[in-house]
Amino acid sequence: MADERSVNPQAPTETLPLQPYGSVSDQIAMIPLHYPLRRRWLIGLAASALFTLLLVVAIGYLFYAGVGIWGINSPVFWGLAIANYVWWIGLGNAGTLISALLLLLSQQWRNSLNRFAEAMTLFAVFCAAMFPIIHLGRPWFFYWLLPYPNVMALWPQFRSPLVWDVFANVIYLLVSIIFFYIGLIPDLATVRDKARGRLGQVFFGVLSLGWRGSAAHWQRWRRTYRICAALAVPLVVSVHSGVAMLFSVGQLAGWQTTIFPPYFVMGAMFSGFGVVAMIAVVLRHTFRLDSLVTTRHLDLLAKVLLASGLITSYGYIMDAFTAWYSGDPFERSTLIDRFTGAYAWSYWSAVILNFVVLQGLWFEAVRRNPVLLFLIGASVTTGMWFERYMLVVTTLYHDFLPSSWGWYVATFWDWSLLAGTIGLFFFLFFLFVRFLPMISMFEVKEVLREERVEARNARSQ
Amino acid sequence: MPEANNPRALLLEFANGDDLLAAAGRVREAGYRQLDAFTPFPLEGLAQTIGDRATRIPWFALIGGAAGAFGGLFMQWYANVVSYPINVGGRPLAAWPAFILPAFELAVLGAVLAAVVGMLVENGLPRLHHPVFEAERFGCASDDRFFLWVAPTEPHLSYPAGRAVLDELGAVAIHEVPA
Repeated sequence: MADERSVNPQAPTETLPLQPYGSVSDQIAMIPLHYPLRRRWLIGLAASALFTLLLVVAIGYLFYAGVGIWGINSPVFWGLAIANYVWWIGLGNAGTLISALLLLLSQQWRNSLNRFAEAMTLFAVFCAAMFPIIHLGRPWFFYWLLPYPNVMALWPQFRSPLVWDVFANVIYLLVSIIFFYIGLIPDLATVRDKARGRLGQVFFGVLSLGWRGSAAHWQRWRRTYRICAALAVPLVVSVHSGVAMLFSVGQLAGWQTTIFPPYFVMGAMFSGFGVVAMIAVVLRHTFRLDSLVTTRHLDLLAKVLLASGLITSYGYIMDAFTAWYSGDPFERSTLIDRFTGAYAWSYWSAVILNFVVLQGLWFEAVRRNPVLLFLIGASVTTGMWFERYMLVVTTLYHDFLPSSWGWYVATFWDWSLLAGTIGLFFFLFFLFVRFLPMISMFEVKEVLREERVEARNARSQ
Repeated sequence: MPEANNPRALLLEFANGDDLLAAAGRVREAGYRQLDAFTPFPLEGLAQTIGDRATRIPWFALIGGAAGAFGGLFMQWYANVVSYPINVGGRPLAAWPAFILPAFELAVLGAVLAAVVGMLVENGLPRLHHPVFEAERFGCASDDRFFLWVAPTEPHLSYPAGRAVLDELGAVAIHEVPA
């Protein structure tokens, strides 16, 4: 093994091509300081700002006119708003998992991906957190969900999953921000030291809190970072399990099943990895970061995507099996409805986009092909949206009694909220790419050092 | 200006982490104690080599987490049992299994906040004006260079005599941190 390595210094087990530490900072820190593609960036920002404006209008009109502008009605009181919410928060989960879980498992390839994956998490959770609030009939009372001593002598009902969800989301957003920022501080210092203009020096200097890379600081920083990571992993699992329990604690056929929490967590990870793969491909191509995000990274991302997709498909199979095996006529009829009912298109879209297209990733040539990986990531992201739609609507539109059977058709305002949050996500992501280091420089340098040490050990043998 | 030539500290510049680690070990053996090192990324074992005490951050996290968990449980119990009890189908008011999820989230929040605040306090950050920033080329410490900080007031080796020792450590350059 060692001999083989010394002959070929870029053996396939290595993540990054060997390069000087300085070239990492030159490639990454220079992007916020001397942004290379100003024109394209402005066009992108303007386009996403347009959709963000649509979001503002959609929310403004909603506050003016009420939830009647949506397609929801008896019996389908949960429509696109809840499907969007579950979809967004699921996308966010992958960023934390890729960053925190793979850090604890010492998977060094994550070091090229964790920064933009965490940014993706932040923005996705931000988009998600909007929906439960605007979905309230009287959104201006949203703070009643928070426990605080008040003159009405009211408290939230802690036996309800809706209140769990408030805690899970607010705290997940806060912890994501803290984790993102703590990991960013050393890189902000690098950008500060590279900045030549006064504005950049002050901006990044203050943001980096005067970080100087002292050995004692690094030791404490690393301890804190790992503690935060170790706490973030169970937090993510609890957040999406909480979302799943919003459904499964209800009594309705198609929702009340114990597989939902793990099934949701895996689906969340699956869809989020799809988005991370897409972002990795786009950033790598746009900023020519081939030496930092290599085809090996794409290959590994694709493998995780495939694995989490297969576990999610197990969830689909067991969900259907449980419904059939229960012998409950309502469970069975909901299952048949999903296969053949009025909304069967959402079920089969989810199955095809999530699992049929995914099988391409068994082939190494597909995994290492950026265009194909991007397309499969897009397919998974879309497929998982259909899954959320299917889960919300197919259960609600056929309740136990024929008197509570009805239809659901999303309106323009439903769709404008989805389009608007996607616009907001892109808007925030454009700002992130422009003003912050999008790849964790010091963690990439750590990988480079280990590879150097390994290469030297291999040579000396 | 009688002390104009007496720098606050010497900053030894190294081109890679192994040289810094070796130099730090040798200086430490030679009896230097007021050492610090500055690196672009965490180096395994460096803090131990220059003799840093253990951190209390894990304890901060534990205490913060416990405060979040028990504070959260108490809040829920007080709210739903004492202050505002609602009878839902005769189910118990003190629903501990249902209280676990919010309590767990609050425990995570408490632990993360305590660890992060503890880290910043122990590190003395934010601090925007440390003297080391005055040294020439210190900006490379966040890029690709590794620096060892040696105080000239070391009791074991006073500055002019100690310089000869330092010269043998294989540093690329030796800079002075102005007083």
